[in-house]
Amino acid sequence: MRTRFQQGLDDLRQRLLRMGGLAEQAVDRACQAYIERDLARCHMVLEGESQINAAERDIDEQAFDLLAMQQPMAVDLRFILAVTKINSDLERVGDQAVNIAERVMDMADLPKVDLPVDIPRMAAAVSAMVRRSLESFIEGKAELAQAVLEMDNVVDRMRDEAFISLVKAMNERPEVTRQALDSLLVARNLERVADHATNIAEDVIFWVRGADVRHNAPQEPATVQEIRETH
Amino acid sequence: MGVGIQVEQLNAWFGKTQALKNINIKMAANHATAVIGPSGCGKSTFVRCLNRMHETIPEARAEGKVEIGDLNIYNGTPAVQVRRRIGMVFQKPNPFPTMSIYDNVAAGLKLNGFHDRKRLDEIVEKSLLAAALWDEVKDTAKKKSGASLSGGQQQRLCIARALAVEPQVLLMDEPCSALDPISTGKIEELIFQLKERFTIVIVTHNMQQASRVAEFTGFFLLGSLIEFDKTEKIFTNPSDKRTEDYITGRFG
Repeated sequence: MRTRFQQGLDDLRQRLLRMGGLAEQAVDRACQAYIERDLARCHMVLEGESQINAAERDIDEQAFDLLAMQQPMAVDLRFILAVTKINSDLERVGDQAVNIAERVMDMADLPKVDLPVDIPRMAAAVSAMVRRSLESFIEGKAELAQAVLEMDNVVDRMRDEAFISLVKAMNERPEVTRQALDSLLVARNLERVADHATNIAEDVIFWVRGADVRHNAPQEPATVQEIRETH
Repeated sequence: MGVGIQVEQLNAWFGKTQALKNINIKMAANHATAVIGPSGCGKSTFVRCLNRMHETIPEARAEGKVEIGDLNIYNGTPAVQVRRRIGMVFQKPNPFPTMSIYDNVAAGLKLNGFHDRKRLDEIVEKSLLAAALWDEVKDTAKKKSGASLSGGQQQRLCIARALAVEPQVLLMDEPCSALDPISTGKIEELIFQLKERFTIVIVTHNMQQASRVAEFTGFFLLGSLIEFDKTEKIFTNPSDKRTEDYITGRFG
């Protein structure tokens, strides 16, 4: 049993979970800031970004060390590769939270208007995706990750609906254009967070099952028998 | 050219102890197959059954079908004829210490009654070239003893000696375990090139080495072949939990 190596993997898992917590918190704060037009929360999101960036570097460094020093194989190799990719996605989630906070800060100076978009509903769906993708990582369960993939279509639809209704609002009421544009960008940022949650779920499936499910990739058909028959 | 190896229902014993249990495996011609597993799992016994060397140990015996190309080696075929088709390289380089480098390579041919000096020169040069040793020894091959070479050179000399009799299959039992990383790299590069002409079976404890040189890998445990598959599958996503536990260092 490679005890030190296993401790290294456990430590990497813990660090990624802390990073996941930070990214999830950033999205929740940004969404809450949008709903309440809360500038204090916006500043918390902006200030939290450096922490997420530092965590990303630490995790990459540790993963790199484990790859170089321990030469992992099979499930351990897949785990470390998945961690590095999830790490990158979580950092991007943090960036999207910052983008949302910046939109909210822009909107704070503008009059409040009624817009035909349900950002809180979309935010709830996206937060649930992030949470569940991280749960699938904690539990190491591909089924939980699979459920996240299915939720992505719902969020995509919400983004499309928001786009149509907000463009319509801009056409009909030019005076709300700036607020509608900010909301449109927030919807797009949320949709991107959902994409990152989807990526995380795909990486969990790769780690657990060794299967590449990105872009509906077909499973590799080659078997030993097939290879032998070609020679 | 190399030939395929087909093993069916191979069993081997040391006295009453069964070392191999019902091994079935097909190894593709002109490919390298790595055999991995913890100490005592039967991997060396397996390769020694492929050239009838297992039976040279007192009280050891083997049963089953092993076909090297069209030759069924457990079907009354003389062992010498089998070993002429199958070269073997061992863990520790074992050049004949009193012979020159040249004579080490020519030894197998001379034993078989081959004495055409000009032809011998050609074969020795060709074999040393194939073993990536020619450039280092071409000026001293007839003067210097095989034992005067470094460990890595000695191992390549042993490979040249095995190649000189033009086998179809090359068995390598942990050929790099006594070598430094530079020499190991040279042997691995050599294995890659030799695949074009020979079928290679390599026993190794070094899983990175297996993943670097072999297209296929078989995992042995307690005398059984647990899993045989493409090397990249074995090392990234093996089908059997026991294989995964071994290659990730959870046991063994």
